[in-house]
Amino acid sequence: MTSPAAYTVAPIARLIEEFSKLPGIGPKSAQRLAFHLIRMPEQHAHELAAAIIGVKDSVAMCSRCFNLTEDDPCNICGDPGRDPQRICVVEEALDVLALERTHSYRGLYHVLHGAISPMNGIGPDHLKIQPLLKRLSSEDVQEIILATNPNVEGDATAMYIHGLISPLGVSVTRPARGLPVGGDLEYADESTLGRAIEGRQVF
Amino acid sequence: MNRSRSRTYRTSGVVLRQYPLGEADRIVSILTPDLGKVRAVAKGVRRPNGRLRGHLDLTNVIDFAASYGRNLDVITEAVLRDDHPASRVDLERLSHSIYVCEIADLFSQERYASRELYQLVKETLEALGEVSDPWLIARWYEQHVLDVTGFRPQLEHCVECDSALEPRDHVIDLAAGGVLCPQCRGLGIGQKVQVSELAMRVLRHLQRTESIASLGEPTLHDGLRNEVERISSRYIRSIVERDIRSADFTRRASSV
Repeated sequence: MTSPAAYTVAPIARLIEEFSKLPGIGPKSAQRLAFHLIRMPEQHAHELAAAIIGVKDSVAMCSRCFNLTEDDPCNICGDPGRDPQRICVVEEALDVLALERTHSYRGLYHVLHGAISPMNGIGPDHLKIQPLLKRLSSEDVQEIILATNPNVEGDATAMYIHGLISPLGVSVTRPARGLPVGGDLEYADESTLGRAIEGRQVF
Repeated sequence: MNRSRSRTYRTSGVVLRQYPLGEADRIVSILTPDLGKVRAVAKGVRRPNGRLRGHLDLTNVIDFAASYGRNLDVITEAVLRDDHPASRVDLERLSHSIYVCEIADLFSQERYASRELYQLVKETLEALGEVSDPWLIARWYEQHVLDVTGFRPQLEHCVECDSALEPRDHVIDLAAGGVLCPQCRGLGIGQKVQVSELAMRVLRHLQRTESIASLGEPTLHDGLRNEVERISSRYIRSIVERDIRSADFTRRASSV
């Protein structure tokens, strides 16, 4: 049977192939995106191409917190208004964006770039844990917030880091767990509901 | 399990493994008592307000409903039965629980039911939250997984000549699946592993003890523990033909 790619113009086939390498994009979605691009005004297509090239050329990791940044140190590490005695440890750079959107945290971050996932062969050495320990020995830090995901792998990562830093005498906290805003109580699992009850606050 | 014409089913299971899928979904591998291992899509489970989120975490025991799919089933409902809270706050127990799931994943097959394996995994995960020596539970579990899946190593008699083994150091022939007596050492067909008399006693104790409750609390020095773990690990690796990825982290977690 002849493959559909054989009927497609070579540059379009190449574009479809490149799109299908993206996470969550299957061959059908890749095809739709490619044909959408073709219909797009030329200016928009150039802007998209420039943005893709720009992100690869100018984005790097902050040498202090390992967040993605254009400048080193990043905007957060370089901001004198932030509290340098608090470090919030997160799995991914996307988690920094999520926490920044809350406007509730004014400390610094440390991005691990993953979580310990023993079954997938991701151990502590694959993450930015050693640089975190170095930071703790060279900076005056009073509190570490272990904001890894509240699942088995996130918990394992948090407990592992806690084991390493507890002898240093730094206060270690973990974000509270409970019910999501706008969620239905009846759909909450026993574990979440139990922790929400345990962590209840005076009204 | 209830099957209906609507091509849905309802059963219990232990969540063994998860893989991200698309933007907010996951593929979940679940060991069930009546359907063997099933792989199903949990939609929206990575969103903070995803209805199934929290129920489907690794090592959880759940009741769930799913619809049969062409490639993967789709989970329509899930209720958490046990998330082993004592293991969730102790790194050594948690890492051993992950190890238990990886071994179960390697030794189970899709749509090939083994009630014994399911029961074994469930009981071991429960016990890991209660006992003081997760290492011992993990070694007991290994021997019993090998038993229920048909790979029980022969530790009582020589695998070649069937003669009773005297109490002394021996060698295990990995491919032959058991110990060779001194007379048959040269006849083995596969890689051989040295096993001391003491390690042999521990392995037999693990193999013969039917329940975790009867295991007792034997005092084993570190050297002996390392030897028993190494022998079990090599035997398992020779069967599944790959490394057990979580084993290394289990060792590291125990030393933190």
